Amino acid sequence: MKDKFSVYTEKLGRVYKIRDAKKGDAKQLTALEDVNLVIKSGELFGLLGPNGAGKTTLIKILTTLLSPTSGLAVVAGHDVSKEPEQVRTCINMVSGGESSGYGLLTVRENLWMFAQFYGISTKEANDRIKKLLEIVGLSDRANMRSSDLSTGLRQKMNIVRGFLTDPEILFLDEPTLGLDVGASRDVRNFVRSWMDDDPTRTLLLTTHYMAEAEELCDRVAIINKGRVLACDTPEHLKKDFQKEAIFSIDVECDHLVDLERFTAIAGLNKVLAVPVNGTTSVEVFLEAEDVLAGVITELTEQNARIASLQKRQPTLEDVFVQLVGKRMEEVEKVENDDASASN
Amino acid sequence: MLPPVTKNATGWKLFWLTAFGRAYPRLVGQQREKSWLFFDVFFPMISVASYVFVYRAIQAPEDYIGFVVVGGAMTAFWMNVLWNMSSQLYWEKQTGNLALYIVSPAPMSAILMGMSLGGLAATTIRAVSVILLGSLIFQVSYAVVSFWMLLAIFLVCMVALYGMGMMTSSLFLLFNREAWHIANLAQEPIFLVSGFYFPVKSLNFWVAVGASIIPLTLGLDAMRQLVFSTGASLGFLNVRLELYILIGLAVVFLTAARYLLAYIEKLAVREGRLTEGRR
Repeated sequence: MKDKFSVYTEKLGRVYKIRDAKKGDAKQLTALEDVNLVIKSGELFGLLGPNGAGKTTLIKILTTLLSPTSGLAVVAGHDVSKEPEQVRTCINMVSGGESSGYGLLTVRENLWMFAQFYGISTKEANDRIKKLLEIVGLSDRANMRSSDLSTGLRQKMNIVRGFLTDPEILFLDEPTLGLDVGASRDVRNFVRSWMDDDPTRTLLLTTHYMAEAEELCDRVAIINKGRVLACDTPEHLKKDFQKEAIFSIDVECDHLVDLERFTAIAGLNKVLAVPVNGTTSVEVFLEAEDVLAGVITELTEQNARIASLQKRQPTLEDVFVQLVGKRMEEVEKVENDDASASN
Repeated sequence: MLPPVTKNATGWKLFWLTAFGRAYPRLVGQQREKSWLFFDVFFPMISVASYVFVYRAIQAPEDYIGFVVVGGAMTAFWMNVLWNMSSQLYWEKQTGNLALYIVSPAPMSAILMGMSLGGLAATTIRAVSVILLGSLIFQVSYAVVSFWMLLAIFLVCMVALYGMGMMTSSLFLLFNREAWHIANLAQEPIFLVSGFYFPVKSLNFWVAVGASIIPLTLGLDAMRQLVFSTGASLGFLNVRLELYILIGLAVVFLTAARYLLAYIEKLAVREGRLTEGRR
């Protein structure tokens, strides 16, 4: 059964032993725990989660770079632990912000070199490189040294490297990390068209950009602290939120709104507040629209002037908030603060 | 958008495509940065010159000048193995290339073979330049006893030396920066015990035996015996014996490299060291 899927994991786990751990500190770190995933052939599957959630660890296991400490991972019908060589003939991987290749070589030479590692003849490799560079708009830089490329162009070269070998399953780990809006859009368009071109191709994409997952992916798994919290199509994941009324309220006040007092309002499920350029952006999740009156009363009592108010549709961000209890940025901030403290 | 790849080579064809692909950056790198060639020839020439002046000042036999020039040329190979072979996988890990090598169907031994062949070809140009310049400037005269034996010694020495580089590259991958620092520390002492600038016979016998673990020690000694008239009298061991020992070293290093690489790769995947230097 599991051989039929592009990717199949069962109770997959990875624990790192922390070398040189100080007395009293944790001796090990659980990066992944009981991950069960099934990705079918032809799917563009997204792994969505904050930095440190375990997305890259999962990709590393599936691409044979790291062995799991528990459970099973099967890629293209092959166990990654027992048959890594067979897995490698079916896959390729591109990571965001990678600086692979050699700066002294031109874009075309770097791509040709990687094609050799997949046993593609020089003629065929050159033909494919030419076409792919045209598609991503890099033809005029083909003979430029890769060290002279900007971050965005370099990432386009990396993307071409991943697609050049025409893998059965492609892993993209944060492919738009650090790219500007235009370059990110180009990458997303290219990814989508590559998938639409052949229904047997499978692509696993990790991202912490909600909009990217929502725009591109057929199905999404939300992952946090090494665990998969939910897995479904973006539409189905958001469907549960349709029963809630979500309002975004921008308030002008010189201090943060006292959130504790909102918890007393009957029918208010959740309230979030983020300071933005001297104002505070408040989001309220209500059981019904008429609860909004209570919210406005409370804001008025706190001397907060309402600058704008709008009802909005639920997003994957809302799904994440419901599952984790915090926004993704807040989770990342806590992780970063913890990391700084331990250093 | 794009047709599928018609055929992917496998087996030995994949091995040699990979080796050539990985050799390519080293072969063209030299052409792209011509200043590298200048400095790689100029700096060894400074060391060579200082030893030449010392030998001339103490009125050492004239063949010693030739010994120094040949030693200076062979230094290029040692430096190439130490810094462009042994530590290369460590640097490839830092840049992210190593992960891409592992993920590809190419065997890692083919990647290392490519590094070796590319490095060997590029370094040979440097070494030949040092010999030509040094011979011209210091008027070295050669008396080659057997060209074929000289060629055999050189080739076997290179196979053993680069085999050693392939083997140590795995260890560097395992020990990360610690190994890099050890290599840095060992660089100068190895210059001394390997007799790069003097006949290794001048050392204590057992020190010379110990130094023979580095293939250049015996390779250099044998080549000096074959190209200078007084070479045989200053040689450490019989040339034929040195050739046999070098063949033995080549077999040992290449075999060890193969098994060590497989073991280290497995260990690195298990412990997460292939892509995560911090853990």
